[in-house]
Amino acid sequence: MDSTHVQRSAYKPPPPVIEPGHTFESVTSKISSVVLTKYQPFSWVVTTGIAFLFLNLLLVSVGYLFVKGVGIWGNNVPVGWAFDIINFVWWIGIGHAGTLISAILLLLKQDWRTSINRFAEAMTLFAVACALMFPLIHTGRPWLAAYWLFPYPNGMDIWPQFRSPLIWDVFAVSTYGTVSALFWYTGLIPDLATFRDRAKNKVTRYIYGGLALGWRGSARHWQRYENAYLLLAGMSTPLVLSVHTVVSFDFSVGIIPGWHTTIFPPYFVAGAIYAGFAMVLTLAIPLRRMFGFEDFITMRHLENMAKVTLVTGLIVTYGYATEVFFGYYSANQYEQYMIQNRMFGPYAWSYWALIFCNGIVPQTLWIKSLRTNTVWLFIMSLIVSVGMWLERFVIIVTSLHRDFLPSSWGMYYPTFWDFSTFFGTIGLFVTLMFLFVRVLPMISIFEVRMLLPKASIKGHDTLLPQVHVDDAEGA
Amino acid sequence: MPREPVAPKLYGLLAEFEDPQALTDAAKRTYAEGYRKTDAYSPFPIEHVWEALGVEDRPVSFFVLCGGIVGLIAGFGLCYWVSTIAYPLNVGGRPMNSWPSFIPVTFEVTILIASFAAVISMIALNGLPMPYHPVFNVPAFARASQDKFFLAIEATDPKFDRMTTREFLRSLGAKEINEIDA
Repeated sequence: MDSTHVQRSAYKPPPPVIEPGHTFESVTSKISSVVLTKYQPFSWVVTTGIAFLFLNLLLVSVGYLFVKGVGIWGNNVPVGWAFDIINFVWWIGIGHAGTLISAILLLLKQDWRTSINRFAEAMTLFAVACALMFPLIHTGRPWLAAYWLFPYPNGMDIWPQFRSPLIWDVFAVSTYGTVSALFWYTGLIPDLATFRDRAKNKVTRYIYGGLALGWRGSARHWQRYENAYLLLAGMSTPLVLSVHTVVSFDFSVGIIPGWHTTIFPPYFVAGAIYAGFAMVLTLAIPLRRMFGFEDFITMRHLENMAKVTLVTGLIVTYGYATEVFFGYYSANQYEQYMIQNRMFGPYAWSYWALIFCNGIVPQTLWIKSLRTNTVWLFIMSLIVSVGMWLERFVIIVTSLHRDFLPSSWGMYYPTFWDFSTFFGTIGLFVTLMFLFVRVLPMISIFEVRMLLPKASIKGHDTLLPQVHVDDAEGA
Repeated sequence: MPREPVAPKLYGLLAEFEDPQALTDAAKRTYAEGYRKTDAYSPFPIEHVWEALGVEDRPVSFFVLCGGIVGLIAGFGLCYWVSTIAYPLNVGGRPMNSWPSFIPVTFEVTILIASFAAVISMIALNGLPMPYHPVFNVPAFARASQDKFFLAIEATDPKFDRMTTREFLRSLGAKEINEIDA
């Protein structure tokens, strides 16, 4: 045995992205059988039922808000921005993973994205929908939102202020929502055609047939489709990075201590990816179990997502360290006081809980046995979501409640309606997500077909990563 | 009096293949044989097939570029027009045309219009939505969106002949050959 042989043997190729033994037919029938059936798993019914109760709580909360006004919430001067913007930023952040998985990982040729991109994109849409609730309702008068948010000729003859990050935010988030929906629908068209051709029920066939637009998988169609899809991915990549950058401008353009820092854009984007991957894990782990998708969403997928969570978690933790350093190095008493107040002031519990959730807990992912333990990954992903919510709480509340003048200091206490609106949007999100998995393919069928060994063409680069077979075997 | 049943016109011949490799090889030989009014149908994109049939075009990229340019001008134009003409407002002594502040909106509108251009041009160039197409008349074609691969030679091709084309498709190793009624 020579030394090169030893070196080659030391390299273990990654496990396949889908379990071996599948054919085009088995992949198609397995994924579409979740939708084209009258059967629903009991756990699906229970989860959707609970989520639907929370959705009704949202309707009650929002209805009451419109009757009474924002006075039912706890925010008041000096903390004028509280749960509404915390929840908005939290949801938008969660939404980032979908486009990241579908666009950036596509451009980077990460074939493991294929089994998770579809429902991550759906998750993006529903998270953006939840996020958009808050700018609409936070004034208590949503019918005025159009007039405040969008540039259109109105009777007062006034226009939005384009030098303000708040209007940039309107454009960034609405563009993001729209482009994500386009990207998602484009990816769905071939799978809708599959459903059209498999549906037994006439009404079902008409609905999917209509949505599939008469797609027939012609070579001409496919090449334009691939052209358009790749361009969409290319455009979504800077878009997804721009969205949370613009959201962070909402804060960093302000002069409040704790907001006015240049670290915010990269720190927010990393936090968004971190929160988003955690939410994908939160959804993927129960869903793969519920519908028996362990063959498609394998341990390799979960492990890769855990690794992305770990890396972005480290970037976020670096952001926290930088904030402390900025406070110290600014030689500015307001900045220094802000950090001191965060760590030891009345909201110190939230700061330390944040450090625990985002700084310490993800470090367990260095250990392979924990990284591949679905129970721990699920718990960890929930802790990360809590941590990211706390991060926004810390940034917003602790910065606002004590700024420059001690005479204008105050405390912020959320009310029942703050919490009910927040949990209500979680209900909306989970309801939409669970309805989605029952009416649309939660895994991209046509892209999974491309991962099968049979899909490769001789004498050309295959779509699968080239596994270097140990040719010295037996030598 | 009931009308005489009329034999439907022939749209073309549809050959069925088992895997992408067989379809690619068949597409290459069909092109070499001189057939041009052809199309292949597969449940996922196969680059080699559209290369072999010579049906590749790139107008989607052009429309995306146009969409991007339109979005760029529209986005910046909106900010400029609102801030300097429609509603000039002095904020902290900044110039009316404070262009760096207009970049985020310009960027977002550029991406928005270019993305719409990508999706709409792809759908329109593909002639969709098209609820009816002759190939759907072949019952086996339902598998084209699932696990089977098809090659069609259309009757309008100058080289098309019902018998010889059928023989030719058989020589390509097609599993089954169906006539497509127009």
